[in-house]
Amino acid sequence: MTNAVSLTALEKVYQGSATPALDRVSLNVPVGTIYGLLGPNGAGKTTTIGICTTRVRATGGEAVVAGYSVREHPTAVRRIIGVAAQALTLDRSCTVRENIYFHCRYFGIGRHAARERTDELLERFRIADRASAMPMALSGGLAQRVQLARAIAHRPDVLFLDEPTAGLDPQSRLALWDLVRSLKADGITVVLTTHYMEEADQLCDRLAIIDHGRLLAEGTPAQLKSEAGGAAAIDLALSGERAEARNALRAIEGVQEIQDTERGLRILVTPERSGVPRVVAAVAPFGLTDLRVVDPSLETVFIALTGRDLRE
Amino acid sequence: MSKRPPNLFASILGLWSRDAAVLRREGLPFFLRVVANPLLTVFVFTYVLPRSGQQIPVAAGVTSFATVLVPGLVAVAMMFTAISAVALPLSIELGATREIEDRVLAPNPLATVPFAKICFGAFQGILSGALVFPILLILPATEVTVRVASWPMLVTMLLLASWTGAALGLFLGTAIRPQQIGLMFAIVLTPMVFLGCVYYPWASLSAIPWLQKVVLMNPLVYMAEGLRIALTPDVPHMSPLATILMLLLLAMTLSALGVRGFIRRVVD
Ligand SMILES: Nc1ncnc2c1ncn2[C@@H]1O[C@H](COP(=O)(O)OP(=O)(O)O)[C@@H](O)[C@H]1O
Ligand SMILES: [Mg+2]
Repeated sequence: MTNAVSLTALEKVYQGSATPALDRVSLNVPVGTIYGLLGPNGAGKTTTIGICTTRVRATGGEAVVAGYSVREHPTAVRRIIGVAAQALTLDRSCTVRENIYFHCRYFGIGRHAARERTDELLERFRIADRASAMPMALSGGLAQRVQLARAIAHRPDVLFLDEPTAGLDPQSRLALWDLVRSLKADGITVVLTTHYMEEADQLCDRLAIIDHGRLLAEGTPAQLKSEAGGAAAIDLALSGERAEARNALRAIEGVQEIQDTERGLRILVTPERSGVPRVVAAVAPFGLTDLRVVDPSLETVFIALTGRDLRE
Repeated sequence: MSKRPPNLFASILGLWSRDAAVLRREGLPFFLRVVANPLLTVFVFTYVLPRSGQQIPVAAGVTSFATVLVPGLVAVAMMFTAISAVALPLSIELGATREIEDRVLAPNPLATVPFAKICFGAFQGILSGALVFPILLILPATEVTVRVASWPMLVTMLLLASWTGAALGLFLGTAIRPQQIGLMFAIVLTPMVFLGCVYYPWASLSAIPWLQKVVLMNPLVYMAEGLRIALTPDVPHMSPLATILMLLLLAMTLSALGVRGFIRRVVD
């Protein structure tokens, strides 16, 4: 088995919804990697994780996790996976220690072994001093660490993390990245979702970019960046006539693509920043009021693929 | 990597230990919730009303109104506790916090969590019956005539009544949002108590035939009547078979509906 997760033409249409949340997504997560699902809100990331973790029923296609079909062997899949949901799902009636301890017990681990495992994880995740705190009293970063500790307490082979760093301060985010890397070093395959470009770029070995339920691109961060041809994106805010600005831009060497935005136009240019002065000169007569340059990165890859900024 | 074989029973024990830990922490509020209603009822009906010259007439051969109250109030305590024990936390755990998810994602059939909830809710129901019983025997200002006329009937009723209450709690807990809990008490539980043959035996409703038929939908009627058979056989009561069969039917139906509702809520 070389793939920890294998999705084939996966499709999900929620009840009462006309558009599919997932539209024939196929991808493979190699064993031992940190795999990122990158996309804006509503892209279908949580739905994908939901199907892989047996919480959401696919309406088409197939998902195989650690060799088991989630449709046919959900119980076997649940034994092998760990899950940290997007929302904090810690048991609010139980302390931090109890959250981890009872999780072990739910997985059939005996009392003694569960206690030992809990102590070990409290130490490793540096939450021992808050062991008797209730989850509501924890900061976001700490709660996320507890959730992560709980997710791996039964020693899963594949770990699913849905937006593990959403809403965390930069320091907590870096600390969480280190934890995720250490889990990978333990041999756990990690599938995580994110809408942070830097996270996708620096933490993930491979990425799938999804939007509107569709898989747009897949590969290592380096591959994806080179596929976009090293283009920079330039956002132009214009007060004047856009059609004429378009014509003026089209004549410039290196301009690959011109997209409409709310405030004006966005263009992709190669090579990188050297095209900026020519672009500025070309659109200056059309009421250029603002300009932003996005260097070649996953962000420009995303812009090239979707015509949208992840932040929009 | 080798994986531990699935151990359903160990997992269920884990679910119960978790519920027991939470119950221990909330021991005092639990106790107060259970005893407040019977204490006040006994105080008003066997002390305040008789003292203020308002005797409640009772059927021939029955020693006192306090005697009529014993099975009724034990049934109310068991049912209320079992329903609340399951419905209140479940409604929240299934809501925005999705706290239930960690338990649902354990490697067991999806019915495991609701099954464990019913068992533990029923256990709390029996516990509250046991707490309330001595209060009803000792505190009333008037004489109480209670004897265990049939142990098998008593045990059967304790099990069936608490199971039915917990199953109803599961059903309600999966069907209502946390914001609607107050409404549930007002339009489901309070009418059940007042129309549950708690303060009067079912036979006495023969004076109001339509009502006597309508209340047959109410599980509390069978709990109270069944406990009358076991504890106060001199008070008029239904046939034992009717109470057992009806509770069995209600418990099984509500359990099935509750488990189905639960699975609907946790799987999209
Ligand atoms: N339980 C649900 N019922 C109906 N629609 C849903 C449900 N969950 C998600 N959706 C819809 O499916 C789409 C994908 O959502 P989601 O998978 O949560 O995206 P992401 O996690 O990438 O933000 C969105 O349009 C969302 O509104
Ligand atoms: Mg999401």
